[in-house]
Amino acid sequence: MAPRGERVHVSRAKRMLESEKLLATVLLVPGLAILLIFIAYPFVMALWYSLTSIRVGDPGTFVGLANFTKAFNDTIFQNAFRNTVFYTFWATIFKFALGMWLALLLNRHFRFKRLIRASMLLPFIIPTVLSAFAWRWMFDPTFSVMNWVLFHSGIITDRLPFLSDGDWAMWCAVLVNTWRGMPFFAITLLAGLQTISPDLHEAAALDGANAWYRFWHVTWPLLMPVTLVVVVFSVIQTFSDFQLIYVLTGGGPANSTHLVATYAYQVGVASGLLGEGAALSLFMFPVLFAVVWMQLRFMKRMDGA
Amino acid sequence: MVIERKWKKWLYFYIPMAIFIVFTLFPFYWMAVTALRPDEELYRTWRQANATPFWTLKPTLEHFKNLLETTAFPHWLWNTMLIAIVSTVISLICGMFAGYALARLKFRGSEFLGTAIFITYLVPQTLLFIPLADIIRDMHLGNTPWALMLTYPTFLIPFCTWLLMGYFKTIPKELEECARIDGATRFGAMVRIIFPVAIPGILSAGIFAFTLSWNEFIYALIFMSSAEMKTVPVGVVSELIRGDIFFWGQLMAGALLGSIPVAIAYSFFVEYYVTGLTGSVKG
Repeated sequence: MAPRGERVHVSRAKRMLESEKLLATVLLVPGLAILLIFIAYPFVMALWYSLTSIRVGDPGTFVGLANFTKAFNDTIFQNAFRNTVFYTFWATIFKFALGMWLALLLNRHFRFKRLIRASMLLPFIIPTVLSAFAWRWMFDPTFSVMNWVLFHSGIITDRLPFLSDGDWAMWCAVLVNTWRGMPFFAITLLAGLQTISPDLHEAAALDGANAWYRFWHVTWPLLMPVTLVVVVFSVIQTFSDFQLIYVLTGGGPANSTHLVATYAYQVGVASGLLGEGAALSLFMFPVLFAVVWMQLRFMKRMDGA
Repeated sequence: MVIERKWKKWLYFYIPMAIFIVFTLFPFYWMAVTALRPDEELYRTWRQANATPFWTLKPTLEHFKNLLETTAFPHWLWNTMLIAIVSTVISLICGMFAGYALARLKFRGSEFLGTAIFITYLVPQTLLFIPLADIIRDMHLGNTPWALMLTYPTFLIPFCTWLLMGYFKTIPKELEECARIDGATRFGAMVRIIFPVAIPGILSAGIFAFTLSWNEFIYALIFMSSAEMKTVPVGVVSELIRGDIFFWGQLMAGALLGSIPVAIAYSFFVEYYVTGLTGSVKG
């Protein structure tokens, strides 16, 4: 009797999975559960924390927008926010320009193509913390290899203050971020370039278009969708970056190189002011929201077209 | 004519390419040289003359030996590997299922759910780490690998779902319909027909997920407290710097050893990565 009952049971389950609605629910539940528990729930909690005076070991009380107004008037935070915008803006521009150039170079035929393509991805796949240490060592005030080279080739007479001056340090951070993110742009744009039919280029060349014209009027428009995806991805990653600055400067000298995320960490975790830290990191949200909203609108328009 | 072309190729191709290669790879070279250099050669100031600044005449494995014997580095390596593999597998399974449902099944709210999953991208780890630390502690997951195995999928699932959804859409529907006519269930057709065809996409999503978990820092920094439980990036930052003193030889040895596993994983799959990406870009 038992095996027969089981068979009926199995076929009923099978039949139920034939319903698209039910199958979709079953397939979506595991992923959505993780996202709800570990993104939606903490996000709501972050909103709540930001409105209270909670700190480590003290649940605190409701303080309204006090944490936000405090952040607004905090000069270190103002500077951190400016730094974040500066860092995101310049790093994205450099990553995109150099990444596009590198993609165009890698799209040609040359010897050791596979090896070179693979090795170009290294900065992107190696953990940022580890490569940021290598850069910090190269920028070291006393033992910097770059100072050594520039000094012995007679270009400088005194060492360059790579990380010991706030402005220099921000540009160094932009450099390291560009170094790390450029391969991602290059490889993704390369994937985009490979989907463009060579016939289009030949046709344009037959019509007498030079290389520059062909790039602007054939390659560039066709790469637009891919470009948008990588730029948005990179802006979000760069704007919310933490580890690179944490290792390279730790926010110093004198809090001059903090990003929003590193400052939120310093306030929320190192000083234990959870409410204030949560409020600080929420300042990133409107910017990220605007970026994603623009992308979603663009994607809808492309689907409609 | 020929000479001019050669000259042009140097200017437009070889020289820029060489600069890109040096810029990209020099930090890794410097990592290796530093790790192999004995301490007395390492700490020569920027003004001092140095007979061999770019290589060393007395290579030593001292730093590697110290790293493996006096620190918990082997533990960190093992933890990172385990956590990266488990969270990648979890995310791939969730992403394959969700991607298939969003690409192929008709149900109310599918577009809304697709957008919602995509939007979770907009919530980076640095926005959530403060409340999430409390949630992890309340679940008694703090300082266990599960704290990271369950939280890493939050930034891997949206990515895997979107990449695979694009990939599934490029697979012709007829393939599945044929299998269904032959008596396969919807679920069976998904597992036996669609998933095998999508292997390049699945592999590239998996590689990307694996490197992202290997790279993750802030959650591991906050959720893991004892030295034995740390991952490579966190261990290197918090255990190899004592007070204000940086042990650069050991640090670079650690950076090198911590990078090699991901680099190897990548070198096997880099072609899949580009083709997988091309597939999803087309879709």
